This record gives sequence, C-alpha cells and structure tokens, in this order.
Amino acid sequence: MNAKSSRETLFRVTSALAASSIVFFLGAILVVLFVFSWPSIIYNGTGFLNGRTWDIGNLYSSRQTVHAGFTAAAGAHFGILVFLVGTLATAALALLMAAPVSLGVAVFLTRFAPPFARSPLSVLVELLAGVPSVVFGLWGWAVIVPWVARSLAPFLSSHFGWIPFFAGSAGTGMGLLSSGLVLAVMVVPIITAISRDAIANTPPSLIEQGRALGTTEWEVIRDIILPHARAGILGGIVLGLGRALGETMAILMVSGNALNYLPQNIYNPVGTIAATIVSQLDSAMTDSTGMAVYALAEMALVLFVITLLVNMAAPLVMRISGGIMTLGEAREMGDAPFREAGS
Amino acid sequence: MIEGERLTADTGETGRTLHHPSPLFPRTTLIRRVAAALAMALALLATVITIYPLLNILYLVLRQGIPALSGALFTRNTVGGDMGTTNAGLSNAITGSLLIVAVSLVLAAPLGILGGIYLSEFAPPRIAASLRYLANVLSGVPSIVLGYFGYVVMVVWFGWGFSLLAAAITLTIIMLPYILRATELAMEKVPATLREGSLALGADRSATVLRVVLKAATPGVLTGLILAISLAMGETAPLIYTAGWSDYLPTLQAVHSPVGYLTYVIWTFINEPFAAAHALAYAAALFLIAFILILNVGLRTLVERKSVRS
Repeated sequence: MNAKSSRETLFRVTSALAASSIVFFLGAILVVLFVFSWPSIIYNGTGFLNGRTWDIGNLYSSRQTVHAGFTAAAGAHFGILVFLVGTLATAALALLMAAPVSLGVAVFLTRFAPPFARSPLSVLVELLAGVPSVVFGLWGWAVIVPWVARSLAPFLSSHFGWIPFFAGSAGTGMGLLSSGLVLAVMVVPIITAISRDAIANTPPSLIEQGRALGTTEWEVIRDIILPHARAGILGGIVLGLGRALGETMAILMVSGNALNYLPQNIYNPVGTIAATIVSQLDSAMTDSTGMAVYALAEMALVLFVITLLVNMAAPLVMRISGGIMTLGEAREMGDAPFREAGS
Repeated sequence: MIEGERLTADTGETGRTLHHPSPLFPRTTLIRRVAAALAMALALLATVITIYPLLNILYLVLRQGIPALSGALFTRNTVGGDMGTTNAGLSNAITGSLLIVAVSLVLAAPLGILGGIYLSEFAPPRIAASLRYLANVLSGVPSIVLGYFGYVVMVVWFGWGFSLLAAAITLTIIMLPYILRATELAMEKVPATLREGSLALGADRSATVLRVVLKAATPGVLTGLILAISLAMGETAPLIYTAGWSDYLPTLQAVHSPVGYLTYVIWTFINEPFAAAHALAYAAALFLIAFILILNVGLRTLVERKSVRS
C-alpha cells in the first residue's frame, strides 16, 4: 500500500468514525436512560404510567419501603399520569392554534406577499425560530400570563363557557392556556418552514395550467397547491408536535408546574414531563435511596421514546398522505431546519 | 390527485372576466373574488399574528433591558443579585456562557465537519441515508432529555460533579447534528466538475475533498457552525444539571467546578421578588438576544458576500 492510499484510508476511517458518533450518542442515551430507569421500572411497575401521585416520600423517616428488591423513601409514590396528560394537552392545544396560522403564513410568504416583501418576512419568521426558549418563557411570564389572567381567560370563560373545558375561573394566568399560546408561537416557525418548502415545490406548470383555466389565486391554492403540498404540511405539523412535546423552559415559566392535579379546564395549572424533570431534580437529589433520581430517569426515558416515535412518524405520515413521495423524499422534507442555514 | 372537477365545474358559463377577457373561460364571479380576497386577508392576518410576538419580545427585552445596562454588568459577578443587591453584575454568567459554548464548539466542530464529509463524499448511499435520518432524529431529542443524560452519566456516574466538561459535552450532542448536516448539504452543492478537475490534475481523493470541495463549501459550513453556536448560547435545560451554577467567575477547571451562564439568570432571577434581580434577568436576556441577532445578521451578510464573489 503506498502512502497516498493509506492516507486516504485513514481519512475515510476517521470521517466514518466522526459520522458514527451520531449513532453512538443516540444509542448511549437510550441505554443509559434505560439502565438508570431500571430500579424505577421494577419498583413502580405500570403504576408509573397511570398513577396520579408524585411524592418522593418522607426523606427524614427512618423507615423505608422495599418492593421487588428496590428501596424507596417511606410513603413514596411515583406516578406520572398528570405529567403525561399535561404534556399531551399543552402540545395539542399549541398545535390546534399553530397549524392553521403556519399554513396561512406559508401561503402568504409563497403566494400572496409582494415579491419584494417575501425575503424580509421569511427572515423575520426565521428569527422567531432563533429566539431562545428561556426568552420565550420570560416573554410568556411578563406579557402572556398577565394578559391571559386579565383579558383572554375571563373573555373566553364568559362568552365561550359552553365549549368543553372553557368554563371556569381564570386563576393566575399560569396554566394550560398560557402554555399552549407560548408553545404555539414557538412551533409556528418550524411548521411554516417545512410547509413553505412543500408549497414552493409545486410544479409551476400545474399552477400555470390552473391559472389558464381562469381560476383565482385562492382556487389555485385550494385545488392545486395545498393537495400537492399536503404531505409536507402534515409532516411539518408532526415535527412541530415533536418540538412541542419536549419543550422545557418556556413551559416551566408559564405553566404553574402543577403536581398531583389533573387540569379541569384550560386555565388550570399543568405540569409537563419536561418541565417536571427540571423542577423535581433538586429535591430528588436529596433522596438517599436514589429512587427519585431513577424515577426521573424513567420520565426522561418516556419523553425520549414519545418524541422519538413522533419524529420517526413524520416521514411515514408524509409518505402515506403524499402518495407521490418516496420515503427518501419524505425524509428530506425534514431537512428544512438544516437547509435554511445552508441556503 | 388534482381535483379537476372543481376547477372546470363552471367552465360552461361564458362572459367577460377581469383577468382573462376570453369568452371561453369562466366568469370570475363576485363570490369567487370575495373568497380570494378573504383567503388573502386571512393569510396576511396569520403572518401578522406570527411576526407580532417577535416584535413584542424585542420590545419587552429592549424596554426592560436597556435601563438595566451599566458598566458594572461586565465587571461584577452576580453575587447577591438574587437577594436584590443593586451592585451585582453578570460577568461570571457572560464569561461562563462564552466558555461553555467555546469548549463545546471545539468538540462539536471537528466531529460534525468530518461526519458531514463522510456523509457527502465517502458513505455508501444506504448508510448515508440512515445516518442522515438518525442525525435528524438526534436533533429532535428534547434538550432536557440530553441534560438528564449528561447529569446521570457525567455528573453522577463519572463523578465529575457540576462542571464545564459535563456541560460542554452535553451541548456538543445538541450542536453535532446541525454542523454535520449543514456541512453535508453544503458539500453536496459543490459541482462535480470541481472534483473531477482536481482528480484529473493528479490530486488524490482526500486532498480533493479537503482542499477543493471543503474550501468551496466553506460558507455553508460556517453557516452551520454559527447556527449551532447561537442554538447552544440560548440553551438552558441541558445546562441546569450539568453546569450547575456559580456566583463566581469560571475557574477553568474542567471538572468539579460549577459554571454560571446567562440563561440561568433569566429563569431564576425573574422569580425573585426584587427589582434589582429582575433588572439582571432582563439585562441577561438583552445580551442573549443581541448576541443571537448579531450572529444571524453577520451570517446573512457573510453568505451574501461569499455568494456574490463566487
């Protein structure tokens, strides 16, 4: 082997190792979370997923509870149903608001906006995607929560109380509605970016044929562009869902971080898995049996699996709904966040 | 796939239209024009509701942050800031944030760029497709999950305690997929003629990749790096239980020494009942937003200049 080809082999192997770090990290996260969850998985069993009480127990008691060979503090209960419901409810509420708005923005940016305004408006939407989540949290805390408490919640409660979950007292403003609003603002840029790409991919000849038939711009959008871009739009919504399920800081600052309490209406405080991991780790560290830390690891594992399934579903959803798309093309639609940088 | 029926349903009508004054084509009836105008109004409204929060966030951070600015922010630490002491500053948090991001960039940049080179130049198509997909999946893992992973592995298991290294490695996992994919996408765009020219001149594969293709892809790679930096700078959840928090300047020890950072100030000090603590939180948010805006604007001018020249 001459020096040239051995140098090339070395380069090839080094770069392959660097690329496989992706696989290494994903595998390590899965294995480590599973190993650290194991005591909690055995100790709590299925009660972990359907239990409503989260209580790390009496840390000062001399008695400890032993079950299936693992020890926890006296009176400890680890059930995350409340946080599961909170995670799904905040994400669902956010997507209900964000999906139609994102679609509107994507259509406006590609079809309606005057050409000179398209690029600056796109930049603004991309900048929104760059705002750190803790700053969204700060804004939610300073602006959205007071507005919900003083105006939006009383208005919805008194005029739309007949809609399920809309009746009830406005409370402090920290809760499901504020969390959904802030999350919606955070996922709009993601759904918009992917839908915009999908809309821009509509073959111009199809659009021209539509216009030649004498249709209005709206009819072209409704009958040609949206059916054509359906796959990308749905995929964008699923990716937005993945982001909303895992959001931590903004939720932590506006949700009220409810424990052991299922929200009865959209104004009640909620707790999500992601936010509870942050808010509970401080006290979990003081549990000398370690079970509280293991239980939080199981929570992280549950969140990891949920977001993994959702993100892996995105290309499948695109393929099934798109018809014309191959899985490869569908996967590439998920590249929008990376391509934005490259363009 | 295209619903032709709806498009042609009323072609039987004849008459003048505004846009197409041919009798062959349907009349643009009032109701259709109203529907078109309504659709445009709704799309415009959606755009306004999306841009407004951005402007509102900027307004909030500027209005509350600018009065909090002073030279002392750079020279004093946060000591006592959470107790409402007015002579506290942010120097430990600013230094800490820059230090954590710098170390994670040193770790993530070579991994990401080399990985991107592999995907674009060497990997067999099926392996490249799988790695690409897994990189997208990794970028979708919630940052708190990565933070907890960093906590149990490095802080607890390795016994590093809250430390610079634990924080930087956690952020590396967040930055990696962005740098890797941006590098790959940028290298893919380099025309094959450049590669062929270099090979024809007798350069071997690795020299071609490094000296020709990577060079041509530099703007795209830089874009990925800058995107990753601004992402890492704004992270909080992965740092809370890896970096910990310190009221003092970073010690430069890799392990066993917690580090303060800007985003921590925002979410904890805003919950203190003191105006001085709130001022520090808003000042931290202002620094963060300014840093990210400057990176973004710098990035766009850089990319535009490069693409104009080439």
